[in-house]
Amino acid sequence: MPGLEDLYREIILDHYKNPRNEGTFPSPPAIKAEGHNPLCGDELTVYIMLEGDAIKDIRISGQGCSISRSSASLMSVAVKGKTLAEVDRLLKIFKSMMSITTNASGEPEATEPIEYSERELGELVALQGVVKFPVRIKCATLSWNTLLQALEDRAS
Amino acid sequence: MKSPAATLKPLNVSEIRKDFPIFTHHEGHALYFLDSAASSQKPLSVMQAMDNYYSTTHANVHRGVYHIAEHATELYEGARVKVGRFVGAPDPATETIFTKNATESINLLSTSMTRGMLKSGDVVVLTEMEHHANLVPWLIAKEQFGIEIRYIKLNDSGYLILDDIEELLDGAKVLAVTLTSNVLGTINPVAELAKLAHDRGAIVIGDGAQFVPHIATNVVDLGLDFLAFTGHKMLGPTGIGVLWGKKSLLDALPPFMGGGDMITDVRLDGFTPNELPWKFEAGTPPIAEAIGLGAAVDYLENIGMDRIRTHELELLSYAFEKLEANFDSSIIIHGPRNVNDRGGVISFDFKNIHPHDISQILDQSGVCVRAGHHCAKPLMRHLGIAATARASFHIYNEHADVDALVGALAKAQAFFS
Repeated sequence: MPGLEDLYREIILDHYKNPRNEGTFPSPPAIKAEGHNPLCGDELTVYIMLEGDAIKDIRISGQGCSISRSSASLMSVAVKGKTLAEVDRLLKIFKSMMSITTNASGEPEATEPIEYSERELGELVALQGVVKFPVRIKCATLSWNTLLQALEDRAS
Repeated sequence: MKSPAATLKPLNVSEIRKDFPIFTHHEGHALYFLDSAASSQKPLSVMQAMDNYYSTTHANVHRGVYHIAEHATELYEGARVKVGRFVGAPDPATETIFTKNATESINLLSTSMTRGMLKSGDVVVLTEMEHHANLVPWLIAKEQFGIEIRYIKLNDSGYLILDDIEELLDGAKVLAVTLTSNVLGTINPVAELAKLAHDRGAIVIGDGAQFVPHIATNVVDLGLDFLAFTGHKMLGPTGIGVLWGKKSLLDALPPFMGGGDMITDVRLDGFTPNELPWKFEAGTPPIAEAIGLGAAVDYLENIGMDRIRTHELELLSYAFEKLEANFDSSIIIHGPRNVNDRGGVISFDFKNIHPHDISQILDQSGVCVRAGHHCAKPLMRHLGIAATARASFHIYNEHADVDALVGALAKAQAFFS
């Protein structure tokens, strides 16, 4: 059995206890999407402010376990100020790290594994241990799927 | 409900645990199984009954005239009578219908009722503490047939608010209520509610999924018209559930699923349904599972439901005492504080630790609890939370399980402090 330290890394606990970019933006102008994890009842809302083709600012509100909350916080830091192309790349890398690729509604989608360096992941690498706890993968991917939903809503 | 006599012989839990292969299998590795409200473990006698049937007697029921087919039918129908008697059915051979689970039992009712008994605008009364199994079927009926749903609300202590019950039941066609809440543990005053509902001409459906496995049940004393429950929470196998119903009402209900076995005649332009109980059992039924459930009933009756209830009450008291002594104000325990008003279920929350994280850390100590919304999202909203952790008991649980829970919770608390 993998140990708790694989799951609850220090960075994760820090982001759980002190979440970054927590809160809301008025929508509009912010693009807003809601995500649910039906398994455990976790809910979160992602608000993004776009400027040109970049995410100028992001806020996240909701409730959830340490993994879903810290993953949302880490994501907000990782995508803030990034262009949509960079965010798309991060999304793909993150999901590849979680060994599953899913579309916005959480359905598995077959894609090619992605090559990436740990440097690209930055602090997100702290979530790597989650794959050893398969039931928690959905907790870690909830915020990313919700962000993807927000971006797709914008496009449509 | 009668309170179990104080003179009942206590359970010999260490002997009982030997009847459950899962505890022998995990001997030496800790397995503190506190999730029987989700699904109970099974004694060897249940597995043997199913194995014996497959090894010696398997053939389809109600069909062959050869001897093993006849014996299979006897075993299947014998299980029906055992299970019906177990809940006090006046005519168990006729009124006990086998389904897949309690969910299917309630879906059978909601579906068949909207094929003639219920029409647009008719009122069904539920409670805010219902499991999705006793909510969604009625929400589907609301969406498709325009029935109206009213809800009995809850107070802060986890009891139903009955101040306006007469108003709620006024003009209602159906009252469908859980006997024991799977989250709060609350045992509802179903006999009183049934009387009020009957006075107003409503049909009373009980969801017994969390009650029947733990407390001596008598459908007549409870004043029920229908009772839904499931096998796998009462030491039986998965894939078998039960709907008990009053004969006159079952006769009046149109069939649920159509197919083989549920007919007496089929023509190209129509069919004649079979007699009870087969009218509601389309296709080859779960024969081995029914036989396994019959064996589970034998096992429970051999121990005695009153002794089981007494045992669970003692465990509940011990758990309350330990949890409150160790965690004081940092733990929130949902539902009635009086253990006599509770089934063997304790849902709780910790300030600053999400139930999902609690159950993850508990798992490291071999403590199995459920974390989540327990298929009762409206209740979770009422409580203002997304999820709880839940520990639940059955006959094989002992003080050591509660002690392991408390020890692991202390670890979780230290980890997230």
